[in-house]
Amino acid sequence: MASNTNFEKYKSDGSLQGNLIEWFDARFPATSMWRGHLSEYYAPKNFNFWYFFGSLAMLVLVIQIVTGIFLVMHYKPDASLNENGIPVAFASVEYIMRDVNWGWLIRYMHSTGASAFFIVVYLHMFRGLLYGSYRQPRELIWVFGTLIFLCLMAEAFMGYLLPWGQMSFWGAQVIVNLFSAIPLIGEPLSIWIRGDFVVGDATLNRFFSFHVIAVPLVLLGLIAAHILALHEVGSNNPDGVEIKKRKDVHGNPLDGIPFHPYYTVKDIVGVVVFLMVFSIIVFFAPEGGGYFLEYNNFLPADPLKTPPHIAPVWYFTPYYSLLRAMVWPLFGIDAKFWGVVLMGAGVVILAFLPWLDRSPVKSIRYRGPIFKTLLTLFVISFVLLGFLGTQPPSYAFFGVIPGAPVAQILTAYYFLFFLTMPWWSKIDKYEPEPDRVTM
Amino acid sequence: MKKLLAALLFAPALALASGAAIHLDRAPNVQGDNAALQSGARTFVNYCLNCHGASFARYSRLTELGLTEQQVRDNLMFTAEKIGETMRVAARPDEQKRWFGAAPPDLTLIARARSSADGSGADWLYTYLRSFYVDDKRPTGWNNVVFENVGMPHVLWQLQGVQVMNKDHKLELMAPGSLSAAEYDKLIGDLVGFMVWLAEPHAGFRQNLGFGVLAFLVVLFGFAYALKKAYWKDVK
Amino acid sequence: MSNECKVDGGRRRLIVATAAVGGVGAIAALVPFVSSMLPSERARAAGAPVEVDIGSLEPGQMITVEWRGRPVWIINRTTHMLETLPKLDGEMADPKSEKNMQPDYCRNETRSIKPEIMVVVGICTHLGCSPSAKFRRGTEEGMDSAWLGGFLCPCHGSTFDFAGRVFKSKPAPDNLEVPRHMYLSDKRILIGEDKKGA
Repeated sequence: MASNTNFEKYKSDGSLQGNLIEWFDARFPATSMWRGHLSEYYAPKNFNFWYFFGSLAMLVLVIQIVTGIFLVMHYKPDASLNENGIPVAFASVEYIMRDVNWGWLIRYMHSTGASAFFIVVYLHMFRGLLYGSYRQPRELIWVFGTLIFLCLMAEAFMGYLLPWGQMSFWGAQVIVNLFSAIPLIGEPLSIWIRGDFVVGDATLNRFFSFHVIAVPLVLLGLIAAHILALHEVGSNNPDGVEIKKRKDVHGNPLDGIPFHPYYTVKDIVGVVVFLMVFSIIVFFAPEGGGYFLEYNNFLPADPLKTPPHIAPVWYFTPYYSLLRAMVWPLFGIDAKFWGVVLMGAGVVILAFLPWLDRSPVKSIRYRGPIFKTLLTLFVISFVLLGFLGTQPPSYAFFGVIPGAPVAQILTAYYFLFFLTMPWWSKIDKYEPEPDRVTM
Repeated sequence: MKKLLAALLFAPALALASGAAIHLDRAPNVQGDNAALQSGARTFVNYCLNCHGASFARYSRLTELGLTEQQVRDNLMFTAEKIGETMRVAARPDEQKRWFGAAPPDLTLIARARSSADGSGADWLYTYLRSFYVDDKRPTGWNNVVFENVGMPHVLWQLQGVQVMNKDHKLELMAPGSLSAAEYDKLIGDLVGFMVWLAEPHAGFRQNLGFGVLAFLVVLFGFAYALKKAYWKDVK
Repeated sequence: MSNECKVDGGRRRLIVATAAVGGVGAIAALVPFVSSMLPSERARAAGAPVEVDIGSLEPGQMITVEWRGRPVWIINRTTHMLETLPKLDGEMADPKSEKNMQPDYCRNETRSIKPEIMVVVGICTHLGCSPSAKFRRGTEEGMDSAWLGGFLCPCHGSTFDFAGRVFKSKPAPDNLEVPRHMYLSDKRILIGEDKKGA
């Protein structure tokens, strides 16, 4: 049953409670929303471990919004120096960590939540790659998803400036300067973004505004669109089989089960396991080994002194590697510009995936050796690009294999994986999909 | 699929293998040892707080090290009038900028900021404070093995004595100070332990609370899993 | 699969148990968020008790000190001022200080520990303005001729005597608040803390 079918309105049994519900339901689509999105939204019964990450992403979103609301009560976006010579913004974060009751917990939840968001979203996206969840008729879900990913990157980047530590400052400095690579309009554009000639108080205040209001609003809208589109066409599954093709006498998919209660009780288990991992980080390793909270960010921003090695936070490093891989000027324009283009293209190309993949089957379970090999290589190169992005350009594996050319080869592979997909996905072997899902 | 997971697991191991090696001595762990932390606090206010601030920390917090407010007031509180005030530097930051070229950094968070792939921030501080040597080329007359051309002189030289760099690039004690080598190491260990505490005073509480939260989640997991099982027996 | 999903006894018990445990967790998770809105360590430090030296406070003089962001008056009352108090009992809303606007040790004729030294929060109990001192008698302060001296709130005209007691039929409902305080020595007062604590 499609989600947007008009369900019958609630009929009162004559009791006071019943009358109230009927009155409400006549004026608001409560029953219809409940049934369409939960109790009669039929999801395939063969979801596996990978299908937890969608609901977990929602959970992390809630954690980020709630902790964010409470952090904003105490945080001050102000780059001026206080009487101790410390920037006010930096001091206000430390005020939250020390003077606000339980502020440390709220802050650690927010900082760990940022990394958790990306872990969950990367795994969620990888699930899509594994089982072909972006394929027809789910192209729009995937495109909305790519936009959510872009928004998330913007949200994380602007949020990272707010603690006003050394990494905040220099990270923003480097990334905003990328825009100056654009020919002709680059220089005025980067000044416009900063509102100053360097990253300063104006930049901090506008990033704060975007981080707490503008981007979250867009994000929420996109997430609503993502879920509405999903519930319109129905979920994919590890077999890549369309469950709507086989229906019982009531018109419900034979291989579907109502999302509520079956997947709500299952997702609760996933949520508890996630919270365990999350708590281990928050309570025992909030710095995440220097990956979640970078050590240099415990020093206040100093516009006169760059830390010896700056790297973006781990979740940006694969794309940062794409940026650094481009060292050749083209068509008389700086390499810097092409690096920016490459980084942007690395994200945007994801949106075209539904039209690049020409395989007759969706799921990795029925796809051939070419896809399995290339996807494995893709994951390895993504992880390695991420790792190289955390290292200085001079890094060498085991002290001998130089990292920079490796990153360039991996970058080439990243793009070739997508660009040649129409060809190899067509010639690859495949097994026919079964009629029904397998458990 | 297993290959992919293996690759993901492998990444952190690679990360650990990286980083140029500066040898850092391991700082003793004195978390929860109030006697050591109190001694560290004394060294900190007597030596460090003259030039460096710890402007995010409040004197009142020192009572968490097993001291009474009166003891803090009498023995440790030299730069404030009220116990709730922060541990400000005795000098003014703008004046210091004139004297030293740059204001000495605030030390509240230094034990966290100095962490790196080479070792914890505590290890760095513990090694740094024991690695000053005489160097005539420096304006202060001092240089340091782990922080080359550091702006800070060796404030504790009367305690440690005077070290020189010999031809093998090893430090040698030229003139002994008022403390033996072991006593000095203990003094620095306590001081560093205090600075670790100062950087995150609630760290001990955070960990204890973590165990409670995890125990709760294990119980909740038991119920949630049983509930899931009870429903999913329908699904064939 | 069928549309039916039965909630039998076993499932019901598990739903209740899981919801109860989860609910306990949710309430516990609320604690940090709710208490983060209470005064922080900094606010508490700023609101700490204030020590005041009254050695140089001459009879008839008043000083104002700040405690928790509010003005606290310390008045060294002359015998003249103290003599006005019993005369006004009849005009007062709460002449015996029966309402809980002072610590027990100040529930007396002069609303103070030492008769001459008055310690009182200078905030009108009506809507929070700070009354002004009108110490001189009669029309000299622009008051009516029966005025014996005290305080006038400029906002809505409430009047108080030298013990901070409010006159009848005025907007302010209560006498001015006497904060907890104690004498550290003959000449030093600690405001905001007494022998029982802060």
